[in-house]
Amino acid sequence: MKKNSKIKVVTGNEAAAIAASLCRPDVIAAYPITPQTEVIEKLSEYHANGLLDAELINVEGENSAMNSITAASLAGGRVFTATSSWGLVFMYDAILAASGARAPVVMANVNRETPGIIAVSCGQQDMISIRDSGWINLIAEDCQEILDMLIMAYRLAEDDEIQLPVMVNYDGFYLSYLSEKVEIPAVEEVDNFLSVLKKQPQRPRLLPGKSLGCGSHGILGGYLELRYKHCNALQRAKNKFQQITKEFQKQFSRNSGGQIEEYKTADADIVIVASGSMCGTIKTVIDEKREEGIKIGLVRIRMFRPFPEEELIRALSGKKSIGVIDRSVAFGFSGGPIYIEVKTLAQDINTSALISFIAGLANIDITVLNIEKIIADLIDASSGKPYKTVNWIPFEQEA
Amino acid sequence: MIIEVRFHGRGGQGAVTASKIIANAFVRAGKYGAAFPMFGFERRGAPVSAFGRFGDTPIRLKTQIYKPDCLVILDSSQKNSDNIWSGLKPDGIILLNTNEEFEHNHSNIKTAGIIDAAGIALEEIGIPIPNTCIVGAFAAVTGLIDIELITESLSDYFDKERLRANIKCAERGYNEVKIHNF
Repeated sequence: MKKNSKIKVVTGNEAAAIAASLCRPDVIAAYPITPQTEVIEKLSEYHANGLLDAELINVEGENSAMNSITAASLAGGRVFTATSSWGLVFMYDAILAASGARAPVVMANVNRETPGIIAVSCGQQDMISIRDSGWINLIAEDCQEILDMLIMAYRLAEDDEIQLPVMVNYDGFYLSYLSEKVEIPAVEEVDNFLSVLKKQPQRPRLLPGKSLGCGSHGILGGYLELRYKHCNALQRAKNKFQQITKEFQKQFSRNSGGQIEEYKTADADIVIVASGSMCGTIKTVIDEKREEGIKIGLVRIRMFRPFPEEELIRALSGKKSIGVIDRSVAFGFSGGPIYIEVKTLAQDINTSALISFIAGLANIDITVLNIEKIIADLIDASSGKPYKTVNWIPFEQEA
Repeated sequence: MIIEVRFHGRGGQGAVTASKIIANAFVRAGKYGAAFPMFGFERRGAPVSAFGRFGDTPIRLKTQIYKPDCLVILDSSQKNSDNIWSGLKPDGIILLNTNEEFEHNHSNIKTAGIIDAAGIALEEIGIPIPNTCIVGAFAAVTGLIDIELITESLSDYFDKERLRANIKCAERGYNEVKIHNF
């Protein structure tokens, strides 16, 4: 443990609020929504108690939240908001505007099912619904990682080679309300970690009285150029994030992986690809299966946008069978969304079986039995037995 | 070893906070604790479950609990529901908030802790929220955590007069819980 840090038992939401405060944001604008509300409650509490020196804007909805912080970000401020599900889609145009303007805003998104079918419950459909919005998307596995990732998110967003908004995703209910041990660094340590940004060239600031264009239109070649630069910045974010995680490890002695985390994959024949809170359960089951001599590992996606193509090819190449678990659906496709993206790498990965598992929608528990069944299917597939390419894991209460 | 505890209550009774306090106390003991609730919209009166894992090894499982070692029932009106008792392990421990006599109703119960936690809370804090009395009783019934660590943990959730009153509740829970062994 780092000296000056504190150990506390906090929820995922509280970890997010603490992380945001530690980064000393100038402006926070947010609107409450289950299961994110506690983030806003905690930030308001810190503000009221004089622990958070930021402009806290009580907006009338998420759209205003995102537009407010985008404007503040373009004026040079460090900003934060948090949302979930319906809130995320209610700010959809503002999300696009933020990334189009290359505003380095940081947002926590507490993953919850999206509108269409009302479900106040966990699912990654909200993140999937904004995947093409030009943001960097990170996914945390536990409360500690929520805190760590949010601190790293500022380094990534505000880096002068990146200048893009970053969304840190974490599962509603399973993480938002999970109370567990979190090591909270001293604010001076976080200041130190973020101080690199101060040495970089200052980004253009949109301030009253100064003429500066922003979010203006680009047509034909101008549009193409802006998109090209945006796409390149996203590609650069991959190595940048890798580098930031290493520096984070150096300073805070914690490393949960770069773009992906590889858990016991080196000698594995069978690999599960997954993200979010379910990975804790998957690791637990992998440990048990390893005792039985089954060579299985997990590749956990920590960076979802930009998609870690090179890292996935490296980690998955030559594996006998690979199962991708999605906590969301891809409308109009037979497999899950992350499965489809992994499948685009199939030629390079060269596996005999790539299987989609759709699980955990709307708070359906992803149980130990579910994971054991998935592993059994992957073992069958690796030994040449027939298998189903797409599997919807049914709702079954574990008895 | 990790003990799996399922909490059953209603919104407003503090079942979720009870699970947090115990996780907090285990971490203060240098051990591990993880707890999360399951509900739809937050609303008073609706049934709430929480799932707590406490022990001396890191806890990575992120699933609900189907085979609890221990049941903590804050709302005795649910005590006849099959859902509550589902999966209780043999040699199971139960902790029940009730002002009635305990009826042994499940063959897997090895130890039962009975406490009128709502009554004690009404006397000590003026509102019948049974959770802090229950966490004190939990320390006595399971023997897995010191009552001092439970009362220290309360300072993360309450302050001033309310903290003092809730510490009293926890101590009374610890001292007054009736333990039946079968």
